[in-house]
Amino acid sequence: MTGPANGHGPGERPLLTVEHLTMRFGGLVAIDDVSFQAADREITAIIGPNGAGKTTVFNCLTGFYKPTVGRLTLELEGHPPIFLERMEGFRIASRARVARTFQNIRLFPKMTLLENLVVAQHNKLMRASGYTVRGLFGFGYRQEEEKAVDRARYWLEQIGLVDRADDDADSLPYGDQRRLEIARAMCTEPVLLCLDEPAAGLNPRESADLNDLLTFIRNEHRIGILLIEHDMSVVMQISDRIVVLDYGRKISDGDPEFVRQDPAVIRAYLGEEEEEDLPDIVKQDLSTDGAGGAGALS
Amino acid sequence: MAANIAPASRPAGRPVDRPVDRPVDRRGILIELGGTALVVFALTVSLVGFHIKDISGGITLDLRFVDVASAVAIALVVRGWTILMRHGYHRVVAISAAAVAALLVVSLLFGGAGVQPWLPFKAELLQWLLAVLSAGFAIGAGLRISRDGRSGVAGHDGAALDEQDALMDRVGAHVQRNSLWIGGVLFAAAACFPFMPGVNLQYLDIGVLVLTYIMLGWGLNIVVGLAGLLDLGYVAFYAVGAYSFALFASPDSPLLQDLGLTEGISFWLCLPFAGLMAALAGVALGFPVLRLRGDYLAIVTLGFGEMIRVTLLNFYSLTKGPDGISNIPPPSLLGYSTQSKMDEETLQNTTEFHTAMGWDFNQADTTILLYFVILAMALTTNFFTVRVRKLPVGRAWEALREDEVACRSLGINPTNTKLTAFGFGAMFGGFAGSFFATRQTFVSPESFTFIESAVILAIVVLGGFGSQIGVVVAAFLLIGLPEIFREVQEYRMLFFGGSMVLIMLWRPAGLLAHREPTIRMHGRKGRGGRAEADRAT
Repeated sequence: MTGPANGHGPGERPLLTVEHLTMRFGGLVAIDDVSFQAADREITAIIGPNGAGKTTVFNCLTGFYKPTVGRLTLELEGHPPIFLERMEGFRIASRARVARTFQNIRLFPKMTLLENLVVAQHNKLMRASGYTVRGLFGFGYRQEEEKAVDRARYWLEQIGLVDRADDDADSLPYGDQRRLEIARAMCTEPVLLCLDEPAAGLNPRESADLNDLLTFIRNEHRIGILLIEHDMSVVMQISDRIVVLDYGRKISDGDPEFVRQDPAVIRAYLGEEEEEDLPDIVKQDLSTDGAGGAGALS
Repeated sequence: MAANIAPASRPAGRPVDRPVDRPVDRRGILIELGGTALVVFALTVSLVGFHIKDISGGITLDLRFVDVASAVAIALVVRGWTILMRHGYHRVVAISAAAVAALLVVSLLFGGAGVQPWLPFKAELLQWLLAVLSAGFAIGAGLRISRDGRSGVAGHDGAALDEQDALMDRVGAHVQRNSLWIGGVLFAAAACFPFMPGVNLQYLDIGVLVLTYIMLGWGLNIVVGLAGLLDLGYVAFYAVGAYSFALFASPDSPLLQDLGLTEGISFWLCLPFAGLMAALAGVALGFPVLRLRGDYLAIVTLGFGEMIRVTLLNFYSLTKGPDGISNIPPPSLLGYSTQSKMDEETLQNTTEFHTAMGWDFNQADTTILLYFVILAMALTTNFFTVRVRKLPVGRAWEALREDEVACRSLGINPTNTKLTAFGFGAMFGGFAGSFFATRQTFVSPESFTFIESAVILAIVVLGGFGSQIGVVVAAFLLIGLPEIFREVQEYRMLFFGGSMVLIMLWRPAGLLAHREPTIRMHGRKGRGGRAEADRAT
């Protein structure tokens, strides 16, 4: 594969800058003063144990939550910076061109693959159809629709599902649905693609395919990818930079090699003491007994 | 029903393996029969057993326990047949059901009044229905016998149910695929209908009524079928359309009198205005309910429907409240009036169409005109829906029905998308409302009760969400048939409810529910299409 795959050092040109992001739900602090950068044409992974606040960061980024405090800046070449925290949810996708996928796949199950990908190009097609008025009488819309179908075909080719273009999305196997969701997000022509656990539930072969797809997107389409992942084989192989969250705080940030050896990360994942791996109920017993150790991180 | 209106969600697991040769459980059967008898008795004793009759000087109670007894007996026989079928006694069922059907048909055709007292219920239609039901059982049992003969294995009840469902799925799919020529044939039939021999004024009127409901069904289908927004107050837009029309078209309207006009404005000018007003009402309803989905949305729209009706009832200075607005003229034709009765003064100023053409005035001609006006309006609604499904906004409506969160993540503005769905749906309701006003020549709030919304929604649900031809079929079943068979008027609601329950049990997604993709990559006979067909069989 050609392209500047490894030509970038981390943070060469920040695409997304997250500053002092804090999200509180009532008394619960889900994210506490997190700052990081995601560079253009790089894959940035956000990792962390369950409940670390990864998906909340995503929801703030893509407008599903309004952050309590913080600034989310998207910088594109030749454009004034866009402040995502001020935008309404759907505008982040249409204006700022930040696309996302979901942890629990959210396709349009009773629509075909092709329709799923064409709906993703809604705004462009809407303009082409003269906001329905012109389209009702059929002027000038067909060409634009053909272009949309071509783009859909291109992405179906990338994920190897052209043959099934006219089948309902819910008839696909799980792994294909995941990749279709990525293709659908790519059809919006994003500058930043946010993937929420794209490898969840995939078998090793499927996650290898996913790795290829993501590197392809980074190298050929030259966009930034931000991903949440539990599957370390995916994270370590393809990420250019890793941000580690734990209990809503950033505990580490750097390239895979750095993060792998960061003692803070090892502590968060493995715990300082063996009790961390015991079932909750045992831990409770231990802590009520005053044996200690279980609360090492709290 | 309210929570999930995505199409074609059929319960997956049905008991398929039910052994036929298990020991016969006599006690269970007795309990089953007893339960059936009890339920039917409880239902019919109040609905059928006591009949309040209007007589001069008051009302009297008519006791019809014979009818109740026959209803219970019929239920017992039918349940008995079902049990026998389940236990594999197909031959017994086939013979007895065929005998009953034959007996009923013969006595209905040749018996005349002499045999009637022997038959259960007085109404002929009910007896015909019973005959059809028995014949259905006989045919079903006969088919089972012939198939068992071929395969050598006794069939299973559950499997048969699944087969039935798959059959209707395929019928739905076929109807959708061939909708172009089915629609053509239906259109030709509809266009020829007024000129067919034997079509009198009564049938023509029924035709107009059915077409009105077809149009309303198609209009509501935009909101419920495409956008997935369950609207229980659709009649509100019908009312807004009817009243905005009446207020400008009728010379009696308080609004025109306030404006100092003595003559109503033409149908063709008022029609778009009424549609616009209804669309505005739709958008106005849309705003507060943007965040609501499913049941909550249904409740708010239901309330909105009632609000409009109560407003019409109480805003006396504008709507004349319960008195209603009368004297609404029929649509003019080529600039000529088609009204039958006019006072002398107006007659001097206007030329009537029949005078201009040198014809005699004929009430049927006016009805034919109305028929074609509503036919054209209904077809417009249909063309709009078919066309808009293939446009981005239509796809966005369907995507919104499937998953709103995903829509937002793709940059689709859910607010605008929902509002356009409400607006367009309401607009067609408003057009239908103006037609209603001009046909009735009179509007009053009591025409726009909740039951109308329920009927329109029932048409959409019964036909199958999103199925245009399904709406036509359902409108015939729910509006046409009861009108044609006026004699069973009193059991109408019983049938209505019964058939809805049956449909919900048998085909929860509606009769002809099948979604045809709005765009294809490989064409209909392409790879994808074949894969889909393989799965259907």
